[in-house]
Amino acid sequence: MNRRDRAQRPPAAAVALALVAIAFFALPFAGLLWRVPWSRLWEVLSTSEVRTALRLSLVTSLIAAVLSLLFGVPLAWVLARVHFPGRRFVRALCTLSMVLPPVVGGVALFFSFGRRGLFGRWLDSWFGITLPFSTAGVVMAQTFVAMPFLVLTVEAALRQHDGRVDDAARTLGGSRWYVFRRVTLPSVRPALVAGAVLAWARALGEFGATITFAGNSPGRTQTMPLAIYLALESDPEAALVLSLVMIAVSFGVLAGLRERWMGDPR
Amino acid sequence: MGAAASLTASFTELGDAFMAANPGTTVAFDFASSSDVVKGINEGAPTDVFASADTKNMDKLVGGIGVAADPVTFATNELQIIVAKGNPKGITGVADLANPDLLVVACSPDVPIGNYTQQMFDAAGVKVTPVSLEENVKGIVTKVTLGEADAGVVYRTDVLAAADRAEGVDIPDDINVTAIYPIAVTKDAANADLANAFLVYVLSADGQSILQQYGFGAP
Repeated sequence: MNRRDRAQRPPAAAVALALVAIAFFALPFAGLLWRVPWSRLWEVLSTSEVRTALRLSLVTSLIAAVLSLLFGVPLAWVLARVHFPGRRFVRALCTLSMVLPPVVGGVALFFSFGRRGLFGRWLDSWFGITLPFSTAGVVMAQTFVAMPFLVLTVEAALRQHDGRVDDAARTLGGSRWYVFRRVTLPSVRPALVAGAVLAWARALGEFGATITFAGNSPGRTQTMPLAIYLALESDPEAALVLSLVMIAVSFGVLAGLRERWMGDPR
Repeated sequence: MGAAASLTASFTELGDAFMAANPGTTVAFDFASSSDVVKGINEGAPTDVFASADTKNMDKLVGGIGVAADPVTFATNELQIIVAKGNPKGITGVADLANPDLLVVACSPDVPIGNYTQQMFDAAGVKVTPVSLEENVKGIVTKVTLGEADAGVVYRTDVLAAADRAEGVDIPDDINVTAIYPIAVTKDAANADLANAFLVYVLSADGQSILQQYGFGAP
């Protein structure tokens, strides 16, 4: 062991606490895996309801993640770089949905975008668009709770990013858009990926706002978390199998993406 | 004591009345869907009395950690159509719910009331396509009282609890389903005497009159 390795070795107390934390996260999953009825795995997974719910979950959560990127990155940039009065309040406003109980978030979406809502009534009468009980409503509920995770992650990275690099690029003749796209964004790529994955994972697990705003209709609004919750009522074993699928999908993505995209040394 | 979510208001009042009649005693409740409550008890949540919204979940307790004596029925409930105040869509009965222009919400067949609702639709010979299959009746009440859904099928007690925010449309007895609410003291209850006293109180004239105020029928 060379000197550098020794210097980086963390104190024993930190390692002990970290092990407690790892056990804290690992034990519930161990408990879950212990109860999974492995013999029924295929039987449950081969039902069409499950495949429908899984497909709907993947599609809606991916759209929610893309929407979060599309709108969240500019929002993070504005919050990090543009000085304007009330910025703190705008940031608090845009991240409130993280702390709001999701069910309340769903009701708030009703009040604003429902067919009797503040804006929803115009959507309904002018364009004939009704969001509640629709797949679009699912995406909306997911984006509402998921985007703040991306915004906060990317904003923190943009604040760390040295603005003088952008200035240098500008003096070399790059347009604002070019510099944003080719200099600023690449420098915060790990945060972009982390934020997008966090938002996607949050959207995938979204339950409360979805069942409140979009309801539960197989094929249209029944995502995996809803299917799992309902299965817990009638067939708890099937619910465990479904949970296992969600865990496997999320775990695969979270573990896989980190190494390839996030600048992890190994 | 663990009780079905639909008993929240009535059992809170029953508990208060019981504590007032028996100074020095404390009744603490855990309200959740019957299946969640019974799951908790069987997994070891310390509970002396279990009041269920259906016999199926009571059977899970009997077959799980067990009961001190056979469960007894203490109340009944029935289905009712819930609509917004003033009944803006003019719904008069179950047959109207088949109208595809109406947004109807029901409970998922995975939960007791969803199962009863399906039985009731079958008995009425009506084909209804709900826009949402909710996990519990509260989801239906919320969506109807907020005006996002036009009608739903809930228990009569839920319409009464929604007070001035909703109204009920009766479903004729010949197609309606009667929900049976059983109660039992758990086997090896930590406070068996008190648990039995509470059970007796729920079945007494005083207890029954409280339940009837909330729309429950006699056992």
